[in-house]
Amino acid sequence: MTIELRIDGVPIEVEDGATVLDALQLAGLDTPTLCYGPNLTPVNACRVCMVEVEGSRTLVPACSRPAEPDMVVSTNTDRVRHSRRLVLEFLASSVDLSVAPGVGAWLDEYGAEPSRFGADRATVGQPVKVQDDLYIRDYAKCILCYKCVEACGVDAQNTFAISVAGRGFEATISTEFDVALPDSACVYCGNCIGVCPTGALMFKTEFDMRENGTWDEDRQTVTETICSFCGVGCSLELFVQDNRIVKVLSPLDHDVTDGHLCIKGRFGWEHIQ
Amino acid sequence: MWGSNAREAHPIFFHHLLKGVHNGARLYAVDPRRTASAAWADVWLGIDVGADIAVANAVGREIIAHDLHNAEFIARATTGFEAYAAAMQPYTLDYAEQISGVPAEVIGGLARDYATAGTAQLCWTLGITEHRSATDNVLALINLALLTGHVGRWGSGLVPIRGQNNVQGGGDMGALPDKLPGFQSVEDDELRGKFEAQWGAPVPPDKGWHLSLMFEAMDRGDLRALYIIGENPAQAEADAAHARERLAGLDFMVVQDIFLTRTAQMADVVFPAAAAWAETEGTVTNSERRVQRVRKALDPPGEARDDIAIVSALAKRMGHDWGYPTAEELWDELRSLSPMHAGMSYRRLEALRGLQWPCRDEEDPGSPFLHGRLWAEDPAERGRPAPFTPVEWIPPADELTTEYPLRLTTGRRLDSYNTGVQSGGYSSPRRHGESLDLDPEDAAALGVEDGDRVRVISRRGSVEAPVRLVRGLRPGLAFMTPHFPDDVDVNSLTIDVWDPKSGTAEFKATAVRVEKVG
Repeated sequence: MTIELRIDGVPIEVEDGATVLDALQLAGLDTPTLCYGPNLTPVNACRVCMVEVEGSRTLVPACSRPAEPDMVVSTNTDRVRHSRRLVLEFLASSVDLSVAPGVGAWLDEYGAEPSRFGADRATVGQPVKVQDDLYIRDYAKCILCYKCVEACGVDAQNTFAISVAGRGFEATISTEFDVALPDSACVYCGNCIGVCPTGALMFKTEFDMRENGTWDEDRQTVTETICSFCGVGCSLELFVQDNRIVKVLSPLDHDVTDGHLCIKGRFGWEHIQ
Repeated sequence: MWGSNAREAHPIFFHHLLKGVHNGARLYAVDPRRTASAAWADVWLGIDVGADIAVANAVGREIIAHDLHNAEFIARATTGFEAYAAAMQPYTLDYAEQISGVPAEVIGGLARDYATAGTAQLCWTLGITEHRSATDNVLALINLALLTGHVGRWGSGLVPIRGQNNVQGGGDMGALPDKLPGFQSVEDDELRGKFEAQWGAPVPPDKGWHLSLMFEAMDRGDLRALYIIGENPAQAEADAAHARERLAGLDFMVVQDIFLTRTAQMADVVFPAAAAWAETEGTVTNSERRVQRVRKALDPPGEARDDIAIVSALAKRMGHDWGYPTAEELWDELRSLSPMHAGMSYRRLEALRGLQWPCRDEEDPGSPFLHGRLWAEDPAERGRPAPFTPVEWIPPADELTTEYPLRLTTGRRLDSYNTGVQSGGYSSPRRHGESLDLDPEDAAALGVEDGDRVRVISRRGSVEAPVRLVRGLRPGLAFMTPHFPDDVDVNSLTIDVWDPKSGTAEFKATAVRVEKVG
């Protein structure tokens, strides 16, 4: 069964059960999203995908709102643009979004000026946590979108090693009692890195290469292959720079993995370096 | 889950399983250890090692006794039910409890829940197959699926979860003693003739030896040269010291591997190979029979070449110029010879990210599950009925005695893999090296504490390792892994008594005693 709705005046047909965001993507509209992941349950945390829906008093998050028949959605009104601009400004003023894919373009698109809150504005800046050889946590880049918590929880890994602790600017993603990652329940599947939209969670390889200035996405190839360990057949995207693997993801839309891997698939490639 | 710790050994499969659990599926775990998988179960059956058939047979008897079997399916799609039912009579719940240590009412609960579920799957791994009764263990589970009709339907089935990324594909491609690619019998003149015509060469018409028979043939001197590709038997075989003696006695051994493994160090000739999964083109076949493309992302180091190039170059030296076919050319030849792969062009495999066999032509969407024919109305389509095969429980070969009172079982840990050839390369924060995992009660009786070094002694060998006290074992049960054989050669303890049908050794059941060192 399909549903027809109108987006910025244009009729769009989507499958029953689709979200407004699915419809926007089908319509070819670039919609900013941060906390949304196609392989995760929407949590409505970041508020950058808001749209106007006729008959709704408030703006609605496109990522979680189911499309309904004859729904009238507007994405380019002053109200929507103002909301997106302000949310992006708040986020970018308090969080380092310099390596978050897409954010730079959205800041331009919506005319956001995070610097207008002044040089002494509050930020979530803090030292990077480097506690092992596999990945780092840079909470100065964390927007508390909950994606890592979800991937660690019921949406994928079901390990529940992390959650949000604290309030306001003190709120961070934390292990139990804030113990170091190797002492926590973490099983190093790295599914949190796979979903992180801002680079707050990063392969140690990528972090080190960025630190010493050798990270260069233009020189990287991405090759899809199959993991060499157990018989599940997880699809891997090998990011290779200068004949070395620098990062491993899995396609989000793959039947076997839904974009998620285990420690062996994500990190167990050193033997061929 | 029967004899499977998929949470650690097949983590992404377990993600799917947990979706089912969150949707309300009931999960039973039959495992001697309360593993990370069993921790998710509604019910854990902490079975004594090797008691699987006793429990499975009791489940079957209980299902029949409560009239919960699927009489219509049995009548239509199976043979041998009466004989099976009669053979199950001795396997009362109480008898199964005596053998397995699992309370009778818990076994009864499994029987009732399994039989009355709308859909149900039996998933297993090496806890079932690394026993001298391996094949019988599997048959005992197959009998349960036939009894209840939990086979050949979407959501129901028998699920052996393969342990290696291409062990399914290896068998599919004919790396079996009696099969040509596509499970075509080497003893069938017509099928063999098809391959001979394609290859322009005679194919030996007799079945060969499986691994265990090969090692026995080495003792007799009937097998004197060995070409090993991507296997590390010097450390992976049960009774590894004995296996190394046998390998050392060969006249000639060639090893083709990505590293100079312990086995490669014993070889006369070593062919350095490219890592198939990231340095070559080709396909692998996963546990769901899904053929998937592997692709070259990296250039192999030094003189390493891909397996096709090595084999082709070797053939050329032996007087057969095959040229250097591409992986796709070889695959297309395979498709022309193996009907179940015929529809799997590279184009389709890439576009669809894999196809599940059988896939007989380019219109065939592949087969998400097998044995659906058993449900067909039309007898012709239904074909040969599936036979019940009654099997009897036998205890593990390596007997527990006062001299060797502890049962040692082996398995994998999350961050490591087999003999560590691949997984040893990366630095896992969760890795603590090899240990003898003990139940605190046994440790107290032995007077050892967490971290103490002990000597573990079996009838074949002994190793030293630190003790780790773990929850999830039971008194009398110890656990080790094969992951660090250079440090602790665990397979020098294991027994090479093997299943006469499958050839698999009884890695899961070793009798040991433990002595404190120093």
